[in-house]
Amino acid sequence: MDALPQIKPSMMARFKDSHFWHSFKRDRVAQFCFGIFSLALLLAIFAPLIAPFDPYDSAQIDIMNSELPPSWEAEGDAQFWLGTDAQGRDLWSTILYGTRVSLTIGICAVMLQAFLGIIIGLAAGYIGGRVDSLLMRIADVQLSFSTMMVAIIVLAVFQAAFGTELYQQLAMVMLILVIGIAEWPQYARTIRASVLAEKEKEYVDAARVMGFGTARIMFRHILPNTLSPILVISTVQIANAIIAEASLSFLGLGMPVSQPSLGSLISSGFEYIFSGAWWITVIPGLVLVALVLVMNLLGDWLRDVLNPKLYKG
Amino acid sequence: MSQPASLLKINNLHKRFSISGDFLDQLSFKGGKITRTQEHVHAINGISLDVKKGEALCVVGESGCGKSTVARTVMNLLRPSEGEIHYAGKRIDNLSHRALLPYRKQMQMIFQNPYASLNPRMTINQALHEPVKFHNPKWSHGQVLDKVHEVMEAVGVDPSWGVRFPHEFSGGQRQRISIARALAVEPEFIVADEPISALDVSIQAQVLNLLMDAQAERDLTYLFITHDLSVVEHFGTRVAVMYLGTLCELADTKELFSNPRHPYTKALLSAIPKLSDDREPPIKLTGEVPTPVNLPSGCVFHGRCPYANERCTQEIPQLKPDGTTMVACHGIDEGRL
Repeated sequence: MDALPQIKPSMMARFKDSHFWHSFKRDRVAQFCFGIFSLALLLAIFAPLIAPFDPYDSAQIDIMNSELPPSWEAEGDAQFWLGTDAQGRDLWSTILYGTRVSLTIGICAVMLQAFLGIIIGLAAGYIGGRVDSLLMRIADVQLSFSTMMVAIIVLAVFQAAFGTELYQQLAMVMLILVIGIAEWPQYARTIRASVLAEKEKEYVDAARVMGFGTARIMFRHILPNTLSPILVISTVQIANAIIAEASLSFLGLGMPVSQPSLGSLISSGFEYIFSGAWWITVIPGLVLVALVLVMNLLGDWLRDVLNPKLYKG
Repeated sequence: MSQPASLLKINNLHKRFSISGDFLDQLSFKGGKITRTQEHVHAINGISLDVKKGEALCVVGESGCGKSTVARTVMNLLRPSEGEIHYAGKRIDNLSHRALLPYRKQMQMIFQNPYASLNPRMTINQALHEPVKFHNPKWSHGQVLDKVHEVMEAVGVDPSWGVRFPHEFSGGQRQRISIARALAVEPEFIVADEPISALDVSIQAQVLNLLMDAQAERDLTYLFITHDLSVVEHFGTRVAVMYLGTLCELADTKELFSNPRHPYTKALLSAIPKLSDDREPPIKLTGEVPTPVNLPSGCVFHGRCPYANERCTQEIPQLKPDGTTMVACHGIDEGRL
């Protein structure tokens, strides 16, 4: 037995040597997008530390400061560099908190989608037969209702049945549930497709010959091999969930004005846009567009990197 | 000399695969009536076979003759459509997943493609630890580790390589690792489904020797699926020749190579390239292998057999002893050949 030098590459070393890292180093767009996304994530996480004001604290809000333009405009106040909204809240602080709310809803809703979609997709793909037909027909039915329609009906009925007060308390949970449940078929279908490809491979037969149970094979052997498509759709789905939340908020079915997300901020500024207070709508709008755009670009890049057919030729 | 007891017994095994899709696809409109038609690929058509303890039974045949289906049915990866499989005297083909577990420890399988048979996301250590731990839940971590090291050394893979992933190994090394995985649960019977056909010729001999060493050391019994006749000559105790899902001939290796009986076996053996120039020209079979969807009546080989007569097109030949050989051929039965 010839003794090769024993190498025990660390996770970091493995990562630095991977195709993933090399392609990231080459791709300016990916670097830029990742930078912006990380910045947004950091700002959102540390919003309470960064924001000069607390937009949830009504004691800090002075109605006399309402609709002040950004500080670079003639009537601007140096205290509020992006201006204030109609209620006198500092727009910069509100955007930070709003990004936090939007990202939380986006990420949690996608986690819920992924949880449902992974379990259903794995079961449909691996067990096959009638289970597969049943689950995929349910997915088809779910997909034939547009997400917005389901969300609007559920949220409107909830608001009407339990009152606006309770709704405002539970708005975030409700949005996560509705967006999460409405979009699981995206995951289920993608995962089912890759499970169908994976389960024909001999390592699955080897696991079956070992006598491993169905759940063990599904979650420990097949699932890790379907992670790349999951990662790709997750980035796109977070962006979609943020958009869905913003649209619902814009329609008045999303986050309450007291805890605005980017969408409800845009919506609240909309009434004032013709009275000249463009910044309440435009600035959060730009933040939203930037956030969604970088996530979609990152998703595109991920898909290119993780699709072995594109680079192994 | 006493006959060793048979470890595995296959009784009149049939396996059909439906190719007509689900219920709605099977309906068709013919002559003003809705009719339901089902088509099947007849992969195995009534095979009876027994594997004796300690032997290496090689199953040979051309592509698509059902060799691998036999292996997969024996391992319960596929349920037989008809027939029975007995292991050590107990029927195993109708057992539930749980009832099969003790047999999973005794019967293992080595797969054809070493590039697909190891999970790409698991390190070698993970891939080997999992089965040992699964089948010996009471073992301590140290015991599991010892066992894994033992099998890795037995197949010639340095245990310190265990931290690596399968893609960091060559094909030969991966096949050694899959052999190690099969050996890790201490089986007594191993089904090897063309374990060396995906390997480079120089590596084939190494892996074959490894399998033979393992057989000597661990008292293993093999059901060895292959299409390589030189491997059979080197490795097999007995040989079963398959054609279109049926067994043509079952004989001791030496006997089969020196005195093939069945016309198909004769044609198969004469096709082995040899260096000597003075041998008879190879037997050329005419025609194609018939489709396993619509099997020919009678002997499946009759369409290509130069000796076929009326009876061969009507009656399916049964496997009958001829000397020490078992052969399914009316010609031999009648003494024509």
